[in-house]
Amino acid sequence: MDLLRLVTAGSVDDGKSTLIGRLLYDSKQVFEDTMASLERASAAQGLDDVNLALLTDGLRAEREQGITIDVAYRYFATPKRKFIIADSPGHVQYTRNMVTGASTAELALILVDARKGVIEQTRRHTAITTLLGIQHLVVCINKMDLVDWSESRYREIEADYRAFAARLEVPTVTLVPMAAVSGDNIVDRSANMPWYTGPALLEFLEEVVVPDPARHADLRFPVQYVIRPQSNEHHDYRGYAGTVAAGVVEVGGHVTVLPLGKSTRVVAIDRFDQSLAAAEHGDAVTIRLEEDIDVSRGYMLVSEGPQAPTTSRFTADICWMSDTTVLRPGGQYWVKHTTRRVKCRVESLDSLLDVDTLERISNPDGVALNDLARVTIKTLEPLFMDSYAISRDTGSFILIDASTRKTVAAGMVRDVAPAEAVNDDSF
Amino acid sequence: MSIEQAFVPVAHDSVLEMLEAEAIFIMREVAAEFERPALLFSGGKDSIVLLRIAEKAFFPARIPFPVMHVDTGHNFDEVTAFRDRRVAQLGAKMIVASVQDAIDRGEIEEERGPRASRNRLQTPVLLAAIAEQQLDAAIGGARRDEEKARAKERVFSFRDEFGQWDPRNQRPELWRLYNGTHVRGEHMRVFPLSNWTELDIWRYIQSEGLEIPSIYFSHQREVFQRDGMLMAVSPYLSLLPNEKPFRESVRYRTVGDMTCTAAVRSVAADLDTVVAEIAATRITERGQSRADDQFSEAAMEDRKREGYF
Ligand SMILES: Nc1nc2c(ncn2[C@@H]2O[C@H](COP(=O)(O)OP(=O)(O)O)[C@@H](O)[C@H]2O)c(=O)[nH]1
Repeated sequence: MDLLRLVTAGSVDDGKSTLIGRLLYDSKQVFEDTMASLERASAAQGLDDVNLALLTDGLRAEREQGITIDVAYRYFATPKRKFIIADSPGHVQYTRNMVTGASTAELALILVDARKGVIEQTRRHTAITTLLGIQHLVVCINKMDLVDWSESRYREIEADYRAFAARLEVPTVTLVPMAAVSGDNIVDRSANMPWYTGPALLEFLEEVVVPDPARHADLRFPVQYVIRPQSNEHHDYRGYAGTVAAGVVEVGGHVTVLPLGKSTRVVAIDRFDQSLAAAEHGDAVTIRLEEDIDVSRGYMLVSEGPQAPTTSRFTADICWMSDTTVLRPGGQYWVKHTTRRVKCRVESLDSLLDVDTLERISNPDGVALNDLARVTIKTLEPLFMDSYAISRDTGSFILIDASTRKTVAAGMVRDVAPAEAVNDDSF
Repeated sequence: MSIEQAFVPVAHDSVLEMLEAEAIFIMREVAAEFERPALLFSGGKDSIVLLRIAEKAFFPARIPFPVMHVDTGHNFDEVTAFRDRRVAQLGAKMIVASVQDAIDRGEIEEERGPRASRNRLQTPVLLAAIAEQQLDAAIGGARRDEEKARAKERVFSFRDEFGQWDPRNQRPELWRLYNGTHVRGEHMRVFPLSNWTELDIWRYIQSEGLEIPSIYFSHQREVFQRDGMLMAVSPYLSLLPNEKPFRESVRYRTVGDMTCTAAVRSVAADLDTVVAEIAATRITERGQSRADDQFSEAAMEDRKREGYF
């Protein structure tokens, strides 16, 4: 069995909660006691039928105000796959939430109300998922019952959407016409739309092969923790624990330790009490090296070669997430990148992305909550980074406010060696 | 496919491997980013998996932080014995924060009546222990599939200086970049098993061959029916007039305080049958066996806000 991580997006009332409720209910993930409390809650709202959207309602404030506050995670499994849904709400703070949900997703479900077709929100959701490097978008054309299951309406929306997606270079797009409320084309194919010959949504999700997020072919192993048992039995053991971010590491192979620039040989790869011959991206292992080099957390083992990705100045797209502060040029933060945290200064605000027109507005004075901006950042110590487009794990970072310690931005590296600014005032 | 490959056990399940690697990563982040973390261990199935993950994350070194149990004094003997044995086996340091001691010292007051439970009393005792030990992180075994409020909680879940959770004021959590920084007096609850489901936990226990307390397997027990649930007869729960004890073949699906953990009818006497039973069940873990969540739609959310696990 394998795992598929999804993010869902839609405007308020497009039927996202109903859709997720349907997926959970029809795949028999809803237990009897949950169903009983759902029936009570639906009756309390004066509804005759059970409102499946209530399945995904979380907190008290949400139930009272009928809104969704934050990203929630849902789990369901079929005999073929386990699914993790990052359910991100579609209203005000949608950008921040969608960026968060999309950061761990491999596929995005974007809801469209068949009556409204492709609207501003649809374009925004698409732009954000594309920015986050999601390889596959599934556009759910919902509420087909309200347009009389019309094929021509569906074709119209499809043409509209594809025209827009082409401008964004969205990797792969699949469209499914559906009615979440009645379950048409959710788990079972709909009898109301014989003109649609594709699979029902769940069928599609069970089978779809999504390319892995971008990963560099070369080794990227951020050292997370140094293991030194200092017991009699393991007196000389010194292992570098971490999770392989990209590439492959092999026993006997040579690696370069950044920032030291020293090369050495891998003598062992341990995973608990096993010795592995090799490890690849995603494996949480402990690596032992031949030479006694002083390696700490935040160092990185990379493939030998001339192009070690060391930089202390880079450009990135960021999503600003703080609801209390605004980013200005010169702002100082901590950047957390892989397992390394260093001080940084935002050298310049280069542009703001208008997600509706996809145009960039140059030299903004500030970046506020939910803004997507291109910025140039300078760090006090070097980072070992790749561009996000070729390596998700070594091309992403967060900015942390040094006084409140809050996470204020999510960033995707675009250029690790941008041209120098004209009047550069260094640290 | 060769014979050997065909017999590869469930451990090669890629979902479990992914979940394990993710949890190990989180465990190591905690050890690296915090000065004084502790792992909350009750002897229940989730914390057994949690402890196993910690064991693996730092092997061959010992777990570099203490294990802590908030002991209500109303535990199943089998579970307490198991807890002590497992912690000793790992050579870990254990801190017991005792609800009974806090009651004896007059710091908290026992609930009264036949429905009295110490469940809620665990929160002040946990918060006091965090303060006394100056912990900056408490690693817990909670899963997001357990409950609505949990589904919204972060892996690194920030607590203010009063130990409270504010669901509207959580830090965004992206990629694998957990932000463990905090100001003195604040702390973090960390949930490495956030993405696991109940079935994942059982399948992992099975694939790792982990020992679990015997009450998870079917056994004969003196029980009585209350609010549709089977409660064990014990010195800690007094019977109401219409409640009649009887013997039944039961097992536990979750393990907590005897006053609020219910048994389920079962003949599943080994792991394979337990896993099969869980895979087929149509009732949630909390609905079937946690009396503490039955009171209101928001019971868990309210307790979490106060600083509960
Ligand atoms: N007619 C029709 N109504 C739907 C459909 N899907 C959802 N709805 C209704 O649309 C409204 C909003 O749905 P909800 O799932 O709460 O939307 P959300 O805000 O996107 O989560 C509710 O009244 C649903 O019953 C559908 O396929 N057809």
